[in-house]
Amino acid sequence: MQRSVLYNFGFATAVCVVCAVVVSSAAVLLKARQDTNAALDKQRNVLVAAGLAKSDEKLSRGEIEARFAPVEPILIDLQTGETVTGADAASYDQHTASMNVSSSRPAPQNAALVQRLPNRALIYALAAESGETDLYVFPVEGKGLWGTLYGFLALDADLQTVRGITFYEHKETPGLGGEVDNPRWKALWAGRQAFDENGVPVISVIKGRAGTPEEDPHHVDGLSGATMTSRGVGTLVQFWLGENGFGPFLERLRAAHKEA
Amino acid sequence: MASRSHDALLDPLFNNNPIALQVLGICSALAVTTKMDTALVMSAAVLGVLTASNFFVSVIRNQIPPSIRIIVQLTIIASLVIVADQLLKAYVYEISKQLSVFVGLIITNCILMGRAEAFAMQNPPVISIIDGLGNALGYSVILIFTAFFRELFGSGSLFGVQLLQTVSEGGWYTPNGLMVLSPGAFFIIGLFIWGLRSWKPDQVEAE
Repeated sequence: MQRSVLYNFGFATAVCVVCAVVVSSAAVLLKARQDTNAALDKQRNVLVAAGLAKSDEKLSRGEIEARFAPVEPILIDLQTGETVTGADAASYDQHTASMNVSSSRPAPQNAALVQRLPNRALIYALAAESGETDLYVFPVEGKGLWGTLYGFLALDADLQTVRGITFYEHKETPGLGGEVDNPRWKALWAGRQAFDENGVPVISVIKGRAGTPEEDPHHVDGLSGATMTSRGVGTLVQFWLGENGFGPFLERLRAAHKEA
Repeated sequence: MASRSHDALLDPLFNNNPIALQVLGICSALAVTTKMDTALVMSAAVLGVLTASNFFVSVIRNQIPPSIRIIVQLTIIASLVIVADQLLKAYVYEISKQLSVFVGLIITNCILMGRAEAFAMQNPPVISIIDGLGNALGYSVILIFTAFFRELFGSGSLFGVQLLQTVSEGGWYTPNGLMVLSPGAFFIIGLFIWGLRSWKPDQVEAE
């Protein structure tokens, strides 16, 4: 049956309006829930990096919030390393900030293939029972084989020893590069030294097996069948601990330690 | 009518399976079958979207102008897929992260367009729903079958529960690396089709 052109236009418009209403209502109604999920997932991963939760542990919302309570989010200026006060650190979204031209800058060429650096970065500090800072958790990101890996790296208060690492988003091949999620592999990072005597980040993922943290403090076992992912992880950790990443902040803290 | 709805539901399982016979929807069948739980959630998403899209297309089938019918079907399917994706993100966040883009790619899954155009455009809503269910189940059968072998032999587990202790965990089982890569799914689906066509020789195409 041949319909008039006007009917076709009218019909197309009606379908579009109905579909648009359905899609936008779903997006609006579910937004709060999705945001909570994303925020909880991030908190959970901070906890995993800090060793306060196991990566395969199922945690309810309440449990995550309870464990996250002693963790203090700190907003820092990435270039100067100064702590930014007066801004709401908890609600800062570093990922969005690094996409925005006004709150980020192009990254200098780097092996981790990080494109843009946010002006401000959100890190986390966890206080020990004595009140002194026990560890710091830093957000890290960089290219693996298929896409960008996003994760957290936790350093002890000596700013030297790695406490843990975790990735909350990546596109690596399951079973090969995807083994960055393997708790056994992540556990290999704990206790290794991130920097050499001169404060240069040297920790890297090598091909094959590394020794124990005591014998071989700067190397982590490679993931078999995942050369590109392994290399990517090593490079991105070095990048974020280096001068373009959290280097200035770490320098400041070290200087403050020396004075004290 | 009873036997017709019976056929619409059960035919796509083995007699006219969308993946095994028509070889549609292969792309996602390779991508989401490394683990049982992703395969199940993907199956559920396709089931929901396909049933609903068949229903809506069928309801307005007499009003859809023939000259723009494909784009209308696509609009309906795309909207439903977005809603499904949003629901997954809100209620099963962990799994939706693993499925990543593949839920969005249900839009391009040929099974959906195929059923809308070939069935829902010509048939009333109820039987279209049944047809959608049947085809989605046919898709799910292959996904779950494939995921079962890929997860068992590729990771030594099912639904994330370790059954074969892998060497990296201190056990005896060396995981089959091929199974976790997409080509592994090709082999399993190929074997499935072979088995199915040996059982039902009329599915073999004439040379």
